[in-house]
Amino acid sequence: MIEPGVWSVYASVKFKLDRHLTMRTRENTMKILVPVKRVVDYNVKVRVKPDHSDVDLANVKMDMNPFCEIAVEEAVRLKEQGIATEIVVVSIGEAKSEEQIRKAMALGADRGILITTDVAPSSLGVAKLLKAIVDEEQPGLVLLGKQSIDSDNNQTGQMLGALTGMAQGTFASKLSIEGDKAQVTREIDGGLQTISLTLPAIVTADLRLNEPRYAKLPDIMKAKRKPLDKKTPSDYGVTLSNNVTLLSVEPPAERKGGIKVGSVAELVEKLKNEAKVLS
Amino acid sequence: MSILIIAEHDNAVLAPVTSHVVTAALAIGDSIDVLVAGSGVGAVADEAATLSGVGKVLLADDAAYGHQLAENLADLVAELGKNYTHILAPATTSGKNFMPRLAALLDVEQISDILSVESADTFKRPIYAGNAIATVQSSDAIKVITVRGTAFEACALDGSATVEAVSGAHDKGISSFIGEDLAKSDRPELTGARIVVSGGRGMQNGDNFKLLYTLADKLDAAVGASRAAVDAGFVPNDMQVGQTGKIVAPDLYIAVGISGQIQHLAGMKDSKVIVAINKDEDAPIFQVADYGLVADLFDVLPEFEKAL
Repeated sequence: MIEPGVWSVYASVKFKLDRHLTMRTRENTMKILVPVKRVVDYNVKVRVKPDHSDVDLANVKMDMNPFCEIAVEEAVRLKEQGIATEIVVVSIGEAKSEEQIRKAMALGADRGILITTDVAPSSLGVAKLLKAIVDEEQPGLVLLGKQSIDSDNNQTGQMLGALTGMAQGTFASKLSIEGDKAQVTREIDGGLQTISLTLPAIVTADLRLNEPRYAKLPDIMKAKRKPLDKKTPSDYGVTLSNNVTLLSVEPPAERKGGIKVGSVAELVEKLKNEAKVLS
Repeated sequence: MSILIIAEHDNAVLAPVTSHVVTAALAIGDSIDVLVAGSGVGAVADEAATLSGVGKVLLADDAAYGHQLAENLADLVAELGKNYTHILAPATTSGKNFMPRLAALLDVEQISDILSVESADTFKRPIYAGNAIATVQSSDAIKVITVRGTAFEACALDGSATVEAVSGAHDKGISSFIGEDLAKSDRPELTGARIVVSGGRGMQNGDNFKLLYTLADKLDAAVGASRAAVDAGFVPNDMQVGQTGKIVAPDLYIAVGISGQIQHLAGMKDSKVIVAINKDEDAPIFQVADYGLVADLFDVLPEFEKAL
């Protein structure tokens, strides 16, 4: 017979020990899922097709979305710190998206899933596919870019949060994992905000989360042999539909060419008397 | 059409961008409610009641909404929003955070960052860093939309809506607020200022930004920065103007020591008048500038300030 006081000490120690063990287990097996998107290279200034049906991406250089690259880098760093054990990268889109998966592998991802589709899926469609992958893979953390630089939607991570019921830390400039929590510092309009999320959780990367490394040649070679599963949306029982139709695309209003002024005095005179924006 | 607008605020005052969203909503329909969700936000609700054209202000006052945590806010709006045809919020970091989560809870797409309302289901929005403008049409039963504040005028403040408290707290308990580090400034807010003075890599360091602050104070202007200046640590992230930072459209934008990458142009090219000051005469910023001055900014800035 254990006295009540002793029992409560025992219970508290056992609770802490159990909790410690679960946390260790989670840490020791944490898998990170990183969805990446193939987009136009960020240096390319896209042009609208003459018939205004879309932008012209023929013969345009493509690359991994810069924010996705930051997400991959963060996952690799978490693995290097011994916090994560496996990095699974997934891309959804045309078959050539394999190039972006291989790039992520060269940077340190362990294996890949490529889901090919003929039509560009919507954010919600992508989120539904990712939800199916989350169910299958059970990652401890999903790291995404905060937005893709083509559609500029900034939606997928948050939508995946809703579908999985996970907490979300968007626009992250700092991430640390402690036990069963993720602490995320977010870039918000007024400055920085820090929140704590219960894992598993979703984090979307902002520009200053890290500076991605360059892949080394031996790693690029090694990446070619890393395992890649090729799938279609129907393998996950997801039918892609899009309730938002693109009606037309137009170039933005061009600014009329301005003039060069020769001096500060001339500039101030023009701003006052010509542009009338200074009084 | 019945429209619900989610108000932006800091629990103390209503953010002006909310009144720009009302103008976008009025282009869609005239039955407009505004939700004020926060902690201790009675005064904000009263302020929202003066937004012209608003019929009813819904007040959700609970600690669970105090920091606009997306998990709690999206659950609340998903419940309240079911009977509306449109749900609108500003495309601020707060709107961008919870609105897509809300859209997925409602099983609909989100239309991000609209620039104009063509009809109740058709909108224009920028893609590819503003290098193309897409016209999109939504067939979703509920249209979840974020609005670019600078693309719409502010509405009048002569309304007298009723304020109605909504009950029930949604606290998902999976996220919590730890702290924040907010910029304090007496200068106008960047996205609402009439004049913006921005500095880039050419400023060389954070100390030199003082030259811009002095000029800005003389002009009653806000101070912004390019990504390069923020990445280099000259100034904090909340000053970044660009594709993924703040979008500004002031009467006068003065770009100082900014080269003018397309990502920066995406954040300021709708300004009415653009001035570029750069010693590199080939800098792309001159292609969008109404007035360009090829000169050393360290000579120009003191002279500019004196000339005012």
